[in-house]
Amino acid sequence: MNPSGQPGTHLTTGAHPHVVPRHPRLDPLADRYAARTHGMKTSEIRALFSVVSRPEVVSLAGGMPAVTALPLDAVGSMIGDLVSGMGAQTLQYGSGQGDPRLRERICDVMALEGITGASPSEVVVTVGSQQGLDLVTRVFCDPGDVILAEGPSYVGALGVFQASEARVRHVAMDDHGLIPEALEEALLDCRANGDRVKFLYTVPNFHNPAGVTLSEPRREAIVALAEKYDLLIIEDNPYGLLGFEHEPLRALRARNNQRVIYLGSFSKTFSPGLRVGWVLAPLAVREKLVLATEAQVLCPPSLTQYAVARYLDTQPWREQIKLFTELYRERRDATLESLSGLMPAGTAWTRPEGGFYVWLKLPHGLDAKLMQPRAVNAHVAYVPGIGFFADGNGREYMRLSYCYPEPDQIREGVRRLARVIEAELDLHSTFDRVDTGTFRAVRASGHEARSFDSGTIVGPANSDTYEDGRA
Amino acid sequence: MTEARAPAPAPGTEPHPLRAVVLAGGLTFEREVSLSSGTQVWEELVRAGIDAEVRDADADLLPGLVAAPADAVFIALHGATGEDGALRAVLDLAGVPYVGSPAAACRLAWDKPAAKSVVRSAGLSTPDWVALPHSTFRELGAAAVLDLMVARLGLPLMVKPASGGSALGVQKVTRLEDLPAAMVSCFAYGDTVMVERFVEGTELALAVVDLGDGPQALPAVEIAPESGVFDYSSRYTPGLTEYHAPARLSDEVAARAAALAVQVHEELGLADLSRTDAIVAPDGEVHFLEVNVSPGLTETSMFPMAVEAAGHELGEVLAQLLARRAAAASR
Repeated sequence: MNPSGQPGTHLTTGAHPHVVPRHPRLDPLADRYAARTHGMKTSEIRALFSVVSRPEVVSLAGGMPAVTALPLDAVGSMIGDLVSGMGAQTLQYGSGQGDPRLRERICDVMALEGITGASPSEVVVTVGSQQGLDLVTRVFCDPGDVILAEGPSYVGALGVFQASEARVRHVAMDDHGLIPEALEEALLDCRANGDRVKFLYTVPNFHNPAGVTLSEPRREAIVALAEKYDLLIIEDNPYGLLGFEHEPLRALRARNNQRVIYLGSFSKTFSPGLRVGWVLAPLAVREKLVLATEAQVLCPPSLTQYAVARYLDTQPWREQIKLFTELYRERRDATLESLSGLMPAGTAWTRPEGGFYVWLKLPHGLDAKLMQPRAVNAHVAYVPGIGFFADGNGREYMRLSYCYPEPDQIREGVRRLARVIEAELDLHSTFDRVDTGTFRAVRASGHEARSFDSGTIVGPANSDTYEDGRA
Repeated sequence: MTEARAPAPAPGTEPHPLRAVVLAGGLTFEREVSLSSGTQVWEELVRAGIDAEVRDADADLLPGLVAAPADAVFIALHGATGEDGALRAVLDLAGVPYVGSPAAACRLAWDKPAAKSVVRSAGLSTPDWVALPHSTFRELGAAAVLDLMVARLGLPLMVKPASGGSALGVQKVTRLEDLPAAMVSCFAYGDTVMVERFVEGTELALAVVDLGDGPQALPAVEIAPESGVFDYSSRYTPGLTEYHAPARLSDEVAARAAALAVQVHEELGLADLSRTDAIVAPDGEVHFLEVNVSPGLTETSMFPMAVEAAGHELGEVLAQLLARRAAAASR
């Protein structure tokens, strides 16, 4: 068709010299991607999160640590010195396993949670513990292997497992963390089905997103089950030092050094922007992890490793963790008080004793994902629960993060959220009891609404539009 | 508002490069799309020699426009404020010229049911619809009202927020039992839901541009989503939808579609640019669905495809629109 042939068209025709014709699907490589990329689509959920960057919106969504509470000037001059005084090392490639000095200091940090016998040679420094989890999953999982994980589970872990084409089976948890009986049942089920369970992935302290902590008796029970069923445990512990109520519980790794691979991180105790985490694994596993990380990133960034080591050597980091903990406790209190005072009946939530998150269950029938546009309109953001399950569950849940907003903002955010939930309840009370089985479309056709002739209602041509005066 | 008719100043006659502010972002569901449109517009304008900057529609905007006045503003905001006329009314108050339709026309186009009424009154075809607020369902009983809707409009039905773009909240309901849940999720986007009779056919995006000689239709863009539904993912993930520009239509149907788009643009009092979404039924009839006063200008949007299919560079077209508005304001 010649565009100039259209009525009213006077724009000149003929291709502009700079205009390159587009591929009809806008992507000439569309048929070439790996099958596992098929789920990688632009999503509405991500689009709705875009408004979070505006100051009018109270975000209870992101798990961003309060880094401005750090002594930024001191950290800044420390990093400056590392470049100006030690640039030959800090700006150079380093060892694949990570800087030896940092690995020593990591062992000191782990000792705070009862891991006392670890050797720096068992530690691999990674680009955040996220890379550590990716390495462990690559090293252990083939497509189709089963990974056991709490339900809900950390969304970033589910992404790693999906990329490895492993299958996730969720194991129930309650206010005391993962339920040992549910774990045993899952193990037996998998055994009966012939499924190969490669490991249990667990976040025992101040769980993301559930906010709960694995109790002392359950820690013992789960380690015993690991022995009984020859189970490997991946213990992911980014929040363990951020407890409000008591000293850290002993890590699972402190109870069993052969069946537990431990993932640690400086993202919550120091800075997530530096991307420094680690894996503590038995020597044979460590060897494979080092080879895998060298294939992936050659070595972790030298400068940020030196920065963390220098920070641990020269700054009062234990006091800083206490300061963070006080700050988060205050924000947790603001969250729980507001929830108690404002949430409509039928809403329930966990009471975290540390960390960043409250896991909230909506009144029956409500769906946190479908409710999200209303929340955006009300200028409050949360993370819908469905993202924390690999099996499509979690629709009635949401994760609220209290780590970043100030207490006053939290109170306002919870107020807005309560109004959103009330409006949604009102909507459901209108539509939930509709029985479409009684509709005349069904009665007329006997079964299939589609076959109903819409012309049987006598009336004027449809233009009886509701007008609310906005035009 | 008086329609500007001044032609773009000849290149080289301007005392300084045209200074443009591209508005993008906003506080709506469509913020991400808008930021993407705004970035694309900014790149195209800079390539066309315009001194352009991108700004959000926030509390810094008006002081910013006073401190560093723009010759004209390009509104790449999608969703409320940018498209419902509110922001344009404020720019009118501030005496800041902008590309695009005047506030009152935007208000009409933004309200999809109201725009459909106008279009139908003008003799154009648009699928039957009804638009209702939640309160009507609550007061009259949702079952009775939904029953009537299905009886009158049949199945499948399109359930849409009465305003808004990017297909957010839009659902095709094929099974009767899915209708109540579709209503619930659609009401999360706004107070009024429009339920529309589904028309099977070829989806078209019909861009209209007015460079001073009156509104002209650009070649129609045909949309064929892989999944069959042109939803948010299909729109913004390259590879999930096949586009044909010009659309694979007979000359006669193409001419009818072009004429419909121009007529919609005129009937609603739109200016400079618009994009009408329409369906061509198997019998060749072109049905109006909705019109966008701030069409998407992202890398996967249809307006830029239409401009290219007409043999133009997007940046040059946008620069001409800006120059016309700036010239009209300086007279």
